[in-house]
Amino acid sequence: MSEEVIKAEGLTKVFNKNLTAVDHVNFSVKQGEIFGFLGPNGAGKTTTINMLITILKPTEGKASVLGFDIAKQDYNVRNVIGLVPQEYTADEDLTGLENILLCADLYGIPRHIAKERAMDLLKLVELTDFKDKKVQIYSGGMRRRLELACGLINRPKVLFLDEPTLGLDVQTRAATWDYIKKLKKEYGMTLFMTTHYLEEADALCDRVAIIDHGKILVVGTPEDLKHSLGGDIITLRIKEDPDVSELIRTVEHVKEVKNEDGSYRIKAEYGEVTAPFIIETLRRKGYTVTKLSMTEPTLNEVYLEYTGKSMRDAEESREAFRAQRITMRRARGG
Amino acid sequence: MSKLNEYRASRLHGIWALTNRELKKWYKAPVIFFLSIIQPIIWMGLLGKAMNIGAIFTGTSFTLPQLDPPLTLPQLQQLGDYFAGLQTNIMTSAFNTTDYFSFMAVGMIAFTALFTTMFSGMSVVWDRRLGFLNKALSTPVSRAVIIFSKVLSATLRSMFQAGLIIVLAIAFGLQFGANFNPLNILGVFAIMFLVCVGLSSLFIAITIRSTRMETPMAVMNLINLPMMFASNAFFPTKFMPDWLQTIARYNPLTYTTDAVRQLLIFNTDYTQLALDFTYVGIFAVIVATIGIVLSWRFLSK
Repeated sequence: MSEEVIKAEGLTKVFNKNLTAVDHVNFSVKQGEIFGFLGPNGAGKTTTINMLITILKPTEGKASVLGFDIAKQDYNVRNVIGLVPQEYTADEDLTGLENILLCADLYGIPRHIAKERAMDLLKLVELTDFKDKKVQIYSGGMRRRLELACGLINRPKVLFLDEPTLGLDVQTRAATWDYIKKLKKEYGMTLFMTTHYLEEADALCDRVAIIDHGKILVVGTPEDLKHSLGGDIITLRIKEDPDVSELIRTVEHVKEVKNEDGSYRIKAEYGEVTAPFIIETLRRKGYTVTKLSMTEPTLNEVYLEYTGKSMRDAEESREAFRAQRITMRRARGG
Repeated sequence: MSKLNEYRASRLHGIWALTNRELKKWYKAPVIFFLSIIQPIIWMGLLGKAMNIGAIFTGTSFTLPQLDPPLTLPQLQQLGDYFAGLQTNIMTSAFNTTDYFSFMAVGMIAFTALFTTMFSGMSVVWDRRLGFLNKALSTPVSRAVIIFSKVLSATLRSMFQAGLIIVLAIAFGLQFGANFNPLNILGVFAIMFLVCVGLSSLFIAITIRSTRMETPMAVMNLINLPMMFASNAFFPTKFMPDWLQTIARYNPLTYTTDAVRQLLIFNTDYTQLALDFTYVGIFAVIVATIGIVLSWRFLSK
């Protein structure tokens, strides 16, 4: 088996002949790692996953999973992968156990083996006590765990997670990360996930690809990506109007200055030492610093650097998405 | 380290699991199950018993004008017999049976086929919206099996409902035809199977492209009621205007209903029955093929 579990070359998907959702992306995922696609809604993450899991056919380019071509050997691909979808796909009218057994049936796993595996998985995601309860009464976190268990029933070699903690609160999200890590440790598979939570990518992924408008902007480990920014970020405001970018740039260790509506975003090495020098330099020229903050780089800075926008826009559309989902569930229950 | 999925089951695996998933939602939900029993009772009660067409001709529904000189008792008796004969005659020539309730109750069976398959079609929209369809598509289950299971569950459900209607109709006084044989019931299920396979494939092909409920709902309402009334389900086609008769002549529901009537309440005309089966059979094969090919192509985009 090759070291590269997933390999995509020039993978492209165009919808309705004019909407390019995924635009010639190249990446490879190594055996045993957690690889994350990070980007806002509509960036092409789900479309990429859907191509890799053989639901969508690529318009151009190719990709393989464990050496199987996703377009030509799709049946083989489907046999070795598992999917934890964005949505809660478990049937509300069935019990947790029935849902897992249904998944097992879709893989053609004989009933006695399926039952054994289902019990193990339920134990692992701590749903044993609820296995005979209808999914209707499950909380969001429980449903997510049930989806994880369903995705693992066929012991996949590659598990695809599409926004695994979408719509969960902070604690449940952290708990879900623990389950994912635990399952990965137990079953030792390769994980491909999409997310638009920076913390999630940071906490879970070995390597991250930042994707926007269907294109991969950068790939690397979260650590590397943060270091690639070249130091800390100092943000400051001054009382006076004129642009002082040039002046700040003269300070030693300052690498880059951006004026964003009167707020200066300064990239500098040794931030804690450089910041006082910047204040001093400005003061000497008669400017007064009114506000100053310093952050060590997080993925948010990396994201900002490469996409030119903050994740906040994405967050807003997520809220809208969640509201829609809740409406949908109500409509179904009624 | 996990092994490769070692269960390379046959290409048809999963069909029962997916069909049963649909059926479970129905028979495990007491309210829905109860309603599916109540609904035909209400319809039969309302349409069959309220529109008591036979009663129009009985002596009690109108008073004879007084004649001068008054009719003698034997004459009245004779007149009464004459009207009773007339009623039988008119009913037989119009409905092929003297009992409108029996005529209508059988029409209910086609009605049920139409509506049950329609609602089963709607479940595809939910599967798409809630992501279950994608989940199923990522498993080794073949695309055709995913569609077949929908068709099969709709068909089984309709056939159960049809059986229920027959039982209820008998309880409410269905009058069997002169040469009725209990084995004819099997024929009823056979024709129901054919028409339901055709109709549900059609509805699934319509709904599978949609992520919203509204569009397929509108399309189906546009199809369903005209299909219902431009058929012989509730009224014989021979009294319809020519253009409507033409539509009814191509309507598979006309043939389905006629087949069930031939089997249950008419003096079976085997030539007509064979024609009915052939027509519905061809309809089922053609529409199911088109529907399944369209759905399959959509799923393999």
